[in-house]
Amino acid sequence: MTKPLLTINDMSITFTSPDEADIEAVRQVDLTLTPGKTLALVGESGCGKSVTARAVLRLLDKNAKIPTGEILFDTGSGAVDIAKLKSDSLAMRALRGAEISMIFQEPMSSLSPVHTIGDQVDEIIILHDRLNKKQARERTVSLLDQVGVPGARDRANAYPFELSGGLRQRAMIAMALACTPKLLIADEPTTALDVTTQAQILDLLRQLQDDFGMAMLFITHDLGVVAEIADDIAVMYLGDVVEQGDVFDVFRAPKHPYTQALMNSVPRLMRKAERQRLTPIKGTVPSPKDRPVGCAFTSRCPHAFAPCPTVRPERTQIGADHVARCHLLTHVREEAMA
Amino acid sequence: MLAFIIRRTIAMVLTLVAVSIVAFAIIQLPPGDYLTSYIAQLSSTGDQVDPRVIENLRAQYGLGEPFYVQYWKWISGVVQGNFGHSFEWKRPVWELIWGRLGNSVLVEGLAVIVMWLIALPIGIYAAVRKYSLGDYLATIAGFIGLAVPNFFFALILMYLAYVWFGVTMGGLFSPEFENARWSLPRIWDFFAHAWAPVLVLATAGTAELIRILRANLLDELKKPYVVTARAKGLPEWKVVLKYPVRLALNPLVSTIGWLLPALVSGSVIVSVVLNLPTAGPMLLRSLTTQDMYLAGAIILLLSVLTVIGTLISDILLALIDPRIRYGSK
Repeated sequence: MTKPLLTINDMSITFTSPDEADIEAVRQVDLTLTPGKTLALVGESGCGKSVTARAVLRLLDKNAKIPTGEILFDTGSGAVDIAKLKSDSLAMRALRGAEISMIFQEPMSSLSPVHTIGDQVDEIIILHDRLNKKQARERTVSLLDQVGVPGARDRANAYPFELSGGLRQRAMIAMALACTPKLLIADEPTTALDVTTQAQILDLLRQLQDDFGMAMLFITHDLGVVAEIADDIAVMYLGDVVEQGDVFDVFRAPKHPYTQALMNSVPRLMRKAERQRLTPIKGTVPSPKDRPVGCAFTSRCPHAFAPCPTVRPERTQIGADHVARCHLLTHVREEAMA
Repeated sequence: MLAFIIRRTIAMVLTLVAVSIVAFAIIQLPPGDYLTSYIAQLSSTGDQVDPRVIENLRAQYGLGEPFYVQYWKWISGVVQGNFGHSFEWKRPVWELIWGRLGNSVLVEGLAVIVMWLIALPIGIYAAVRKYSLGDYLATIAGFIGLAVPNFFFALILMYLAYVWFGVTMGGLFSPEFENARWSLPRIWDFFAHAWAPVLVLATAGTAELIRILRANLLDELKKPYVVTARAKGLPEWKVVLKYPVRLALNPLVSTIGWLLPALVSGSVIVSVVLNLPTAGPMLLRSLTTQDMYLAGAIILLLSVLTVIGTLISDILLALIDPRIRYGSK
């Protein structure tokens, strides 16, 4: 196994508010990313996917804290613990955009409406690679060309509102890759796009990954997208990563009841006679305030038993790259029946 | 861009024509004319006026004629640069107002600049450090600035200047420079006098500007493009100044146009209190004595300034916001 590029160990994120008790949006995240590979972070809305991704770049709001855990990033000359850096520090800013980049869900609002596309891409090149304006623009044009923006030289002078959603997202990707980062974080980059454009963007990202060799942390709630782009998958539920592993292993044999339930709730194309009703997960996601001390999924789990609500399940190795946190994996079957 | 400016200029001229008609109509609205108030003034001092003399005067000025004839006489003169004669001062209107209007533009223009210079950094600070001590101080100072009437602030300033420094404030020039030509000592003298009225006139506007800028900026700071800019690795101050501040300024730039007339009309009382030779007090006086050509000229010129100000702010807006320039939403 190659040396991991990013390792998140036991990270939690809490949000403080002046009027209410602190909210622990993310309780326990363990993730490993290897160079050149794509890890898909999957989970339903509000489970802490985006917050986790933003924590890696320290782009969280001011009222967010990372009280426990570490985010180890391999810079090539030793690992840096991002969780310990100050979010506006020089060290953090040197990573942002240069080593780790991010693309966002809304390509319209994520680009400044009053600056040209070229301007916004130039800026990051000038900032990190210290090129002059002219050289930066040359690079911008070739980048835009590379991400499939037709007429790149003219389009560099266009404003975001003059481009279609797909082109904007391509420009966003060009910006993120401008300084050839080692890690690209994609926060639901295709959610706001129509299906055809979505497929094109996914193709583009995969192809760019081959060209640039960066690792990708891909956040999505769409398992179809995961199947298309990911090498590894991590499943999050209510602030906990419950299972991580090779995408084929996890899809074929999900170990955590939540992952199993998630797989069962995906519709499949079948002949009419063979169609079965989908089995939805019972109940609704509790708020982080009502989260059980033990396994977060206890309240909705069909297999919940004695230790689940109170004891936090251990990280259990199942295969070479496959881990899950579930008491079913450590306790013998009889106990589960009892 | 050129087509945009031409379109706006044509609209501007049409607006001015409309404004001149309305202004002239309003000046004529009160019953009677300058001669009626002139007679009233004379009889109150006990003088008798020969009705025939009055009739002659009325015919001479065309005061008995219908509205459109009077308007036409006036406006055709104005177009040729002849603003008519002031009844009260017995002098050409142009001679009377150009110095005053110049002072107005100077003092109030400076007030606008000071306003922006103070409000911009404070507003940005208050938004970026929301709910900090500095934000609360700026808010309190802002509300005090809004709540205290300008003339009252002027009075306090005059009182303090007299009690603490033994200086009497007022006017824009020392007597010896009053009618002198512009020279370095006169400029120096002007600034020695003008800082107080400029400061007084700027306070209310500054407070308002801080509030608007803070609110706009708070909205913009939440937008996703700010996160994008941070994700590039830009230092925080650069992120804030280049992106959200730029967008938060748009609605403010569009207000530059009507800032000027608001300042002129708002500064009348301050000008009276501080004895400033600006256009405001003269407009007030000409309106009460129904000195219609003088009042008409001042109102018309203020409208011209307003319309030009609006044009400038439109052009500025188009320059800083491409969405307006390209006629997109």
